[in-house]
Amino acid sequence: MDILNTLVLLANFVIVPAVTYGSQLALGALGVTLIYGILRFSNFAHGDTMAFGTMVTVLVTWMLQSWGVSLGPVPTALLALPFGIAVTAGLVLWTDRVVYRFYRKQKAKPVILVIVSMGVMFVMNGLVRFIIGPDDQNFADGARFLIGAREFKEMTGLKEGLAIKASQGLTVLTAVIVVALLFWFLNHTRTGKSMRAYSDNEDLALLSGINPERVVAVTWIIVAALATVAGVLYGLDKSFKPFTYFQLLLPIFAAAIVGGLGSPLGAIAGGFVIAFSEVTITYAWKKAAAYLLPADMAPDGLLQLLAVDYKFAVSFVILVVVLLFKPTGLFKGKSV
Amino acid sequence: MNDTVKTIGLFGLVALAILFTGLSQSWNAALGILNMGLISAIMAMGVNLQWGFAGLFNVGIMGFVGLGGLATVLVSMPPVPAAWAAGGYDVWEALFVGALSLAAVILIRKRMKPGNLRALVTWVLLIAGFSIYRELFDPARDAIEKVNPALEGYLGGLGLPILLAWPVGGLLAAGAAWVIGKTALGLRSDYLAIATLGIAEIIIAIMKNEDWLARGVKNVNGLPRPLPYEIDLQADPSFVEKAASFGLDPVTASTLYVKLGYSIMFTVVLVIILFLMQRSLHSPWGRMMRAIRDNEDAARAMGKDVTRRHLQIFILGSAICGLAGAMMTTLDGQLTPGTYQPLRYTFLIWVMVIVGGSGNNLGSVLGGFLIWFLWVQVEPFGRWLMELITMGMEPGNALREHLLASAAHMRLLTMGLVMLLMLRFSPRGLLPEK
Amino acid sequence: MVGGYGRGPDILHGVTLEVDRGEIAVIVGPNGAGKSTAMKAVFGMLNVHTGSVVFNGEDIRELTPQARVAKGMGFVPQTHNIFASMSVEENLEMGAFLRTDDYSETMEQVYDLFPILKEKRHQHAGELSGGQRQQVAVGRALMTKPQLLMLDEPTAGVSPIVMDELFDRIIEVARTGISILMVEQNARQALEIADKGYVLVQGANAHTGSGKQLLADPEVRRSFLGG
Repeated sequence: MDILNTLVLLANFVIVPAVTYGSQLALGALGVTLIYGILRFSNFAHGDTMAFGTMVTVLVTWMLQSWGVSLGPVPTALLALPFGIAVTAGLVLWTDRVVYRFYRKQKAKPVILVIVSMGVMFVMNGLVRFIIGPDDQNFADGARFLIGAREFKEMTGLKEGLAIKASQGLTVLTAVIVVALLFWFLNHTRTGKSMRAYSDNEDLALLSGINPERVVAVTWIIVAALATVAGVLYGLDKSFKPFTYFQLLLPIFAAAIVGGLGSPLGAIAGGFVIAFSEVTITYAWKKAAAYLLPADMAPDGLLQLLAVDYKFAVSFVILVVVLLFKPTGLFKGKSV
Repeated sequence: MNDTVKTIGLFGLVALAILFTGLSQSWNAALGILNMGLISAIMAMGVNLQWGFAGLFNVGIMGFVGLGGLATVLVSMPPVPAAWAAGGYDVWEALFVGALSLAAVILIRKRMKPGNLRALVTWVLLIAGFSIYRELFDPARDAIEKVNPALEGYLGGLGLPILLAWPVGGLLAAGAAWVIGKTALGLRSDYLAIATLGIAEIIIAIMKNEDWLARGVKNVNGLPRPLPYEIDLQADPSFVEKAASFGLDPVTASTLYVKLGYSIMFTVVLVIILFLMQRSLHSPWGRMMRAIRDNEDAARAMGKDVTRRHLQIFILGSAICGLAGAMMTTLDGQLTPGTYQPLRYTFLIWVMVIVGGSGNNLGSVLGGFLIWFLWVQVEPFGRWLMELITMGMEPGNALREHLLASAAHMRLLTMGLVMLLMLRFSPRGLLPEK
Repeated sequence: MVGGYGRGPDILHGVTLEVDRGEIAVIVGPNGAGKSTAMKAVFGMLNVHTGSVVFNGEDIRELTPQARVAKGMGFVPQTHNIFASMSVEENLEMGAFLRTDDYSETMEQVYDLFPILKEKRHQHAGELSGGQRQQVAVGRALMTKPQLLMLDEPTAGVSPIVMDELFDRIIEVARTGISILMVEQNARQALEIADKGYVLVQGANAHTGSGKQLLADPEVRRSFLGG
């Protein structure tokens, strides 16, 4: 039995990656859930919105790098992030104006808006591929690790090392700040409250003199910011490839639905539920078991419940289970 | 009358476009477009059955198409006896155990009263079932994958004629649709969408990773054909002679002969399905389905079992997609799981349905041909457009290089624009539902 | 007023309503008489193509409901009249959304009128009882300091005791100089507190008079007060 080493092992391969991934999913799911709460449809273009925002940030980062701008240990991308958000916000606001608003005025059924968002998805996907191409792009710079595995081993004298990448630390820190800002905005500002009111009861919000177009515009701006931040953090942590972002749609939707569509708190909880399940189920527990069990009982197999390639299956199964047993999600979202 | 003229006109236009391709590019390319157009039309009809008739929102078409492709391998490839000997039976035994424990869980949850005991039994069954399954499955899989991995490393198929794989593909897809429908139908439309999106990703992930089944990303090449091989035709003196009488060289003639053969086979399938769909659309059953789509509550109040009808139509539509998927893999002659992409196999089919006119079978057929034609031709057109735009720039100019290289990605952009414009200005499609 | 929803058929075939400052006017009538529709017409939620809507001497027929709120009209719908997921205080704040001045005084007045709301001001409005929810709904509408408050069946679905209390509150509101136009199913109790009563039948005025007159009118009593 070697509990300390087991804990470090788990921290290194399960907890740190899952918290990081969970933060990224939570930010993505917040965007989906806000759109659902205010505009009342599932936005299939969200993954590609993330890709677009990240692309702009990547391009600006390259430009800054070519000028020799650097933040030292902090990735230059952070400096480029505001530009990414601004351009993405511009794009989604424009999209809303030329595409979605027409259907909103018509009071089209949500499923029509979903189909429309599929069209937007195509266009954005094409745009991203057109501008930056479909390949992997690297834009990370700055420090690689907060703690290296070897340093950690030397420091603690343990057999297992704990490595925390700078991008992981940055992800969690940024996510905490962004979420705190978002909740402060929603709960303590007039505009934020009007968004909640509009999401809660559209007709009464109109009677109270809340301007729906303003609420919608503010929502799109926030969603653009959330999507860009989520995308950039994911890109720094892994790498930027447009198609991966499209595939993130599934875990993000799973997170939003598991938490309860329309509930911001639920989106965050859902993000972590999905991330932790994915990581624990696709992690090979062999080494952990070897630490915990007596030597003669050590397992031969990898003790991996599912191969990493099936991580989609994990989000999917959780999604189905939640839908079957608690259709409004963990945090009672809308079920209209 | 007016509608008929419009229908004939639009179909004529597509026919002209394909003919023009034949004249200006090559007949080979034209027949290629025609064949995939036929397959796309069938897929679009399957989706139209679900969306147009019943309002079911399926974005997992890729998965059903993939299952159809899988069926071709499972039916037509010769079995690999060494692999079967190494672990073939064990694998199926493991899968059987797995399925059995799932069935037991479902039964328990139906029969036992809710409570701690039921939860306990559920978990014990799940964990025990999964452990036994893995215990049986893992060694068998490894043994199979070790058998001649460069060429085989999988169980192979049944060695039956590949045409048999078409209905089997439909059946496989129907089975998957039954499972999804049982769980996700009756939930809100967005949830069904996400569920189908997820299941499609899982099906493709299985096809990519389960090498013992169909070699995964190593692909299965050289699927048997329902038609003769070009090489054999070229070696056949009577064929060469006949080709010469048409003024064609043997190589061109043989490729055209094969492609045309596929066109005829696909057309037969298309016409049969179209006929059956038209019949059902105008039958009491079709009217009931549309009544349910237009007002679910009223239909429910009239005593219609809406969920059951939805399940029925969901399975049928998915089966058609599976059938088309098997046809497509037959045409390709190989199964390449790595090439299944949702934008191409799910969302493009949606563009076809929307553009053609949801609720109208002929519309779906038209949409299938038209959008496939665009999908193929946008790329050369994009390149031409980019050449035009960049004409003034010097060769070697970075922007010029980039624009020329990116022309290939014009496709998605164009499809998205076509779809958005259609939804905005003609939401009922080119051939609207009557 | 003559009008109907959208391009649909007319539902109102000539209704005249009038409320003076600080008065309570009640619209009563059988089901389907167009009571709520008449009130919505006043508020601009349907097309009035003949006739006019005059507020403070100004014709406001062309204004949107939102603009009418800004002019000083408050409306409490029959259902879905609160923000269930928001706290009581936030509900009141949303009521004051259009106001740019300091509205804390108004909020105090609302709390004075409905003390229970002050007690529960940090609770979600959706967790309150039916009567309390109606108080939130009325309180929200009062936050714009309206000159005219319109209530669509404020006592629907609440117990008789709560109903009496609500009517008392409504009288109090009227005493502060706010005119009240109200649609009620509980005709007898409503007419008792009414300065003016309108009996609508099939989208038109059938009887008009003070509350007491109508209660005393034998025809009104016979036709729908139940004797």
